[in-house]
Amino acid sequence: MLRIKGGRVYDPKNGWNGEIRDICIKDGKIVEDLPAAEEVIDATGLVVMAGGVDIHAHIAGPKVNTGRVICPEDHRRDPVPRTARTRSGSGFTTPSTFVTGYRYAQMGYTSVFEAAMPPLEARHVHEELADTPILDKGALVLVGNNHFVLSFIREGDRERLKDYLLWVVEASGAYGLKVVNPGGGANWRRHSNVRGLDDAVIDYGVTPRQIIETLLDVNEELGLPHALHLHCNNLGQPGNLPTTLATMDLAAGRRLHITHLQFHAYGEGKKGYPLLSGAEDLAAVVNANPNITIDVGQVVFGPATTMTADAPLQYELFQKGGGDRWVNKDVELETGSGIVPITYSPKSFVGACQWLIGLELFLLIENPEQVFLTTDHPNAGPFTAYPQIIRLLMDRDYREERIAQLPKKAVEATGIKNLQRKYTLGEIAAMTRSGPARVLGLEKKGHLGVGADADVVVYRPQADYEAMFANPLYVFKEGQLVVQEGQIVAAPRGKTFVPEIRGGKDVTSWLAPQFEQFYSIALENYPVDREWFSPWEVVPCK
Amino acid sequence: MAKVVKNVVCTFCGSLCDDLEIHIENDNITAVKKGCALSRTKYLNAREEVVPLVEGKEASFSAALEAAVEILAHARHLLVYGLSSTCSEAQAAAVALAETLGASIDSTSSVCHGPGTLAKQLVGIPTCTLGEVKNRADVLVFWGCNPVEAHPRHFARYSVLAKGLKVGGRRERKVVVADVRKTATARGADLFLQLEPNGDFEVLTALRALINGKDIVGEGAGGLTRAQLEECSRLLKEASYGVFFFGMGLTMSRGTHYNVSQALALVRDLNKYTRYSVIPMRGHGNVAGSENVLAWQTGYPFAVNFSRGYPRYNPGEFTAVDLLRRGDVDAALVVAADPAATFPGRAAAVLGEIPTVVIDPHYSATAKLARVYLPSAAAGIGAAGTVYRMDMVPLPVKKLLNLPYPSDKEILDMLREGVKKCSGSREAGSTTRKMAGTGK
Ligand code: SF4
Ligand SMILES: [Zn+2]
Repeated sequence: MLRIKGGRVYDPKNGWNGEIRDICIKDGKIVEDLPAAEEVIDATGLVVMAGGVDIHAHIAGPKVNTGRVICPEDHRRDPVPRTARTRSGSGFTTPSTFVTGYRYAQMGYTSVFEAAMPPLEARHVHEELADTPILDKGALVLVGNNHFVLSFIREGDRERLKDYLLWVVEASGAYGLKVVNPGGGANWRRHSNVRGLDDAVIDYGVTPRQIIETLLDVNEELGLPHALHLHCNNLGQPGNLPTTLATMDLAAGRRLHITHLQFHAYGEGKKGYPLLSGAEDLAAVVNANPNITIDVGQVVFGPATTMTADAPLQYELFQKGGGDRWVNKDVELETGSGIVPITYSPKSFVGACQWLIGLELFLLIENPEQVFLTTDHPNAGPFTAYPQIIRLLMDRDYREERIAQLPKKAVEATGIKNLQRKYTLGEIAAMTRSGPARVLGLEKKGHLGVGADADVVVYRPQADYEAMFANPLYVFKEGQLVVQEGQIVAAPRGKTFVPEIRGGKDVTSWLAPQFEQFYSIALENYPVDREWFSPWEVVPCK
Repeated sequence: MAKVVKNVVCTFCGSLCDDLEIHIENDNITAVKKGCALSRTKYLNAREEVVPLVEGKEASFSAALEAAVEILAHARHLLVYGLSSTCSEAQAAAVALAETLGASIDSTSSVCHGPGTLAKQLVGIPTCTLGEVKNRADVLVFWGCNPVEAHPRHFARYSVLAKGLKVGGRRERKVVVADVRKTATARGADLFLQLEPNGDFEVLTALRALINGKDIVGEGAGGLTRAQLEECSRLLKEASYGVFFFGMGLTMSRGTHYNVSQALALVRDLNKYTRYSVIPMRGHGNVAGSENVLAWQTGYPFAVNFSRGYPRYNPGEFTAVDLLRRGDVDAALVVAADPAATFPGRAAAVLGEIPTVVIDPHYSATAKLARVYLPSAAAGIGAAGTVYRMDMVPLPVKKLLNLPYPSDKEILDMLREGVKKCSGSREAGSTTRKMAGTGK
């Protein structure tokens, strides 16, 4: 039992915007009050927030691990020694699992969602999540290019589609549905891609539009706690803005989370400008549609390891000369992935533009509960850059100083000059805590109201917001002190979130013969063994 | 009591066929259905009569464990080696132990597919799962590998003979085999490329040139005529989805990782025209898992050293054969592998000279050299866990029998507890342990 006394509490969900309050913790949860005699931490003058929630990062599984294997140079300059309480490991853009857990916790984050799990390789994802300490986790399962999903969409068989999706979520131990370049992944099997919502998906006779529309509906009908999590078509292509706008239109009131919107916010270029910012148009749509949320995928200058289920994109990136190594993996019937290590340079027009467009999105989207802080780790940069990004949003002088160092043309290609906004601490809490928790459907995360998990972070207010957010004084995970003055003092095992599965007919009767014919493993060996990986927490459906 | 366990994963080779039917009576395996001859031999001999040994003499398990702790705790630079025939949970326990002791840890990769991993670090890898091979591959290349003998069910389950979504069996697939001799695999090929010994790099370079429309081939290369090379490059390009498998004939012949780099680059280049993937034909059951576990826990796939308290990676320095040959290590712990049977003479001999501890379900050649032998319950027979197929697909293995000894993981955990107790001083982050034999 513990009382964190007299801190300035920022908790948008409960309407506390720097209010002086006591936060009381009992049995890992926030409680109303405690007897006065209990242990007290004096937080007078300190800032108190809930633990951070990362809605989209690539931290575990086959693709992340291949990224680690092919880039020894990434780890060599960032060794992490063991201590009496922690395991050793390495960084930098693709940290080892232990280091991933520690570094998130050291920034005050306590929940992280792995953004791209291939169902066939789900057991690998869960093996790594189990080795990622401190954090609570969830994984989004890739379904947008899945053979069965596309077949049922073509046949218009909604019921079987839903049964299958529920089964695959349960079998893979997933939290929600993830769609990546719908149709493009399927076409990549035939050395092709899609370029817009109405392109044909070879072999399946469907279009990206149909895939997205159907899955938006189905996600609502199943009542999954998280919105449909979408990586749009045409990522990174100059001129992809119309595709992204058209995709947003499809939501029509249904819950849609568009990930790393920055990579989808490029207007067609013109002479001397390879691309122009589309942030204003996109922000206007988000501002008008409370059912749409986005995370930014903010570019961080320096090394990155791009890795995505958008395999055809990665092939194109590599062909265009981005990087010296290319990994592709085709996963039978389900999905694929690609990896290309790259560096974002502040000197290049494109790199600078991407960086600026990300900031524009943050600054133009009015409600911080609709725009979330991510770097699509490690695609646009490592998650360890979050404190730096927070400083860019809160400290206008610092931001302008940084903008002044960029190529003039890149600055002109965006509307950044007109943006004066400074994020407040309350808005940071919304963007990194209450907002993502709400869209994930996590009632017990992202806030400090009674009944919430006692993930509590205590910061020392500082003029340098980067230093402030990089070095919390205390981090509690479910009531246990895990970080003190930047040091990990305990590394408990976190839990993994799964949704409540409601309904769904048995699929094994028709799936078993499909497995025999088209998979390379037995149906019995496919589901992730719930007893082997624990603990799980079941999150109620809508 | 008789029972039949279905969909059992065979852990013998990297194919990890997961459809075996194991018949069990009175806690004994009496029959193996669907498996190949290799798997039958493995499972029908699952109950080997083995006992713990210290200095060659029978000992109680706890006495042997204590003797092992003694050796590990007093080593100045320990080598932890093997890991390919156990589950990932045991591999993780081995990493934890190596970290605690500031040891070097290496897998059998360094004498089989390690060069493939180094090549990935140079060029990346376009790859796929074995179900994609079955569903799509209309051109199959087997380079320096002989699955007909080493992975007997590979053809039927995944490749040449398999029927899948888009491709239906042998007649719809073209098969190219490259090897220095006409192996059993080569006999059924549509095109057999008989390579000169160590001619791989030259031939792959010539093929790459032809594929990319560059003429550096002259009269031929690596034992092949120009006509053969041209025929091969034509056949490769005609694929709608091609898959290239390579084995130790490529990774261990002269040029090692340069050979594999060239193969990976060839497959990469073929993706300009059509779709291609490449898969290392890994031999041991879970050698892929050792690469995975080491990478997610340390960042590095093999050849890792913890003497500074953090992982360092340097193949050639921290690879087992090199550490042994140079006399850099003063004790060894061998888990689920048999280096005495596979290492070059000098390196193998050192294992008999320094105190060596062996954890293995079988009384292996290395166990015979060892100071301490700890028998274990084999993963997939006496213990459950996770294994990774050659294409990195994870599979669960079951506990089939109650065997008299703990699992590899349990033994490794006991050793870690033991050394922590025995040398508490070392526990609190001794990050500057000296390398044995270097005098520094
Ligand atoms: S091919 Fe390999 S994995 Fe399959 S049954 Fe034979 S030995 Fe076992
Ligand atoms: Zn992503």
